[in-house]
Amino acid sequence: MAQHDHKNPVDKLENWQEEIEQEDFKAGEMIIEHITDSYEWHIITVGHTHVSIPLPVMLYDEGEFHFFMSSELHHNNGIYQGYFISDEGFNSGKLVRKDDAGAEIRPDLDFSFTKNVLAIFFSIFLLGFIFISVANSYKKRKGKAPKGLQSLLEPIIIFVRDDIARSSIGEKRYERYTPFLLTIFFFILINNLLGIIPFFPGGANITGNIGVTGVLAAFTFIITTYSANKNYWVHIVNAPGVPWWLKIPVPLMPIVEIMGVFTKPFVLMVRLFANMSAGHIIILGFISLIFIFGEISQGLGFGVSIVSVGFSIFMDVLEILVAFIQAYVFTLLSALYFGMATEEAHHSSETINH
Amino acid sequence: MSLINPGFGLIIWMTLAFGILLFVLAKFAWKPIMAALKEREDSIENALLAAEKAQQAMEELKLGNEKLMQEAQIERDTILKEARKLKDVILNEAREKSIMETKNMIQSAREQITTDKNAALAEIKNTIASYSISIAEKILREELKDKSRQMAYAEKLLKETSLN
Repeated sequence: MAQHDHKNPVDKLENWQEEIEQEDFKAGEMIIEHITDSYEWHIITVGHTHVSIPLPVMLYDEGEFHFFMSSELHHNNGIYQGYFISDEGFNSGKLVRKDDAGAEIRPDLDFSFTKNVLAIFFSIFLLGFIFISVANSYKKRKGKAPKGLQSLLEPIIIFVRDDIARSSIGEKRYERYTPFLLTIFFFILINNLLGIIPFFPGGANITGNIGVTGVLAAFTFIITTYSANKNYWVHIVNAPGVPWWLKIPVPLMPIVEIMGVFTKPFVLMVRLFANMSAGHIIILGFISLIFIFGEISQGLGFGVSIVSVGFSIFMDVLEILVAFIQAYVFTLLSALYFGMATEEAHHSSETINH
Repeated sequence: MSLINPGFGLIIWMTLAFGILLFVLAKFAWKPIMAALKEREDSIENALLAAEKAQQAMEELKLGNEKLMQEAQIERDTILKEARKLKDVILNEAREKSIMETKNMIQSAREQITTDKNAALAEIKNTIASYSISIAEKILREELKDKSRQMAYAEKLLKETSLN
């Protein structure tokens, strides 16, 4: 951990003092800062001293690799080797450099080990530890009733296996997909729950990051496409039970079906990202109210804090519910897509007379 | 805008990390857990089935026992009935036999008595006859002691005969 003075890279040193004295509280910026990824893990600010964990920055730009710690960006007006964190626009919050024309451009590749990456690895170690120890207790207590952590997780595991995998995919093939479904369910759940905790090592908005949800959705998409059988593709190209004039001469239905193949994972990605981010934004919004009113008068701030904290607690409880619901929905829809992809052709008359 | 601008690095790291997680959990957690769950479910199901079977067997056994008992009862009843019948037959036979024997005995006794009586009667007759003869002899000797008397008697006899 490193302690350093925070300096906004675009502000000049001469108005530094002035800025400290009349730094306005900007709710929007604060909220966005809290729910987006960052190159360091900011833990606490005491007075004007920020405590944060510096993380390695790895860039590949113009044929050159750049490795440095994010703490380097706290000196020299936030500029290191020409790179600085953008303040506005599409790339705000990300490392950019100025090109010849003075416009901000991203480096070619940015492999930086960011806050969310660290949080992902933390949650993965947590998951690995939890489930391997549970698996060991299954081996140790073979054939006996579950105990401790095992008995807490067993109903959830059985729920995912029976009510998500088996009922959506079918008795014959569900066992192949159960490991993936269990993994995404618990990965999303644990990160949703860690995201509600406001302190280190929680607080990283992993499942509210579109990149992370995109990767999860991509896994579902790849597995769906890979395991799809002939019937699935026939369904897309020549959907049964649809009037012929929707297929010929303008292939309206095939176009819609092919779009559906891609919109399904896209919707998975957006749903999880939007739900988790929205929850965090609302909670941070309530907290921001305290500071907004506190700037007007201290008394008003304390008064509003009672209401704000009450609403925040309500939202936190709601978020716990949402954490489970979103993990369930993502897993269930993935299972349904696998089920659709592996469903065998119906030998019924419904495909003929329509 | 930064909200919907995914970081390239994050995607790479996430794919790597999630891939590792998926592999590790699938191999070291889900496989043994699923196997253990299935094994336990199977063993529970087997135990339930075995219990049901045992119950069925017990019921069958019970039914068999009852049948056996019923049969035994029926057999006992028939044996008792037969015994009773036999007893009656034997008793009746004995009674009849005894009656017959008594009858025979009475009959033979009667016959004995008749023969004895006849013998006795014959003896009495013989005795009486011999006595009569001896008495008649004695009377005749007395009557025919002298010649005159003999003559008189012979005459009398002659008279009697001629009259006839």
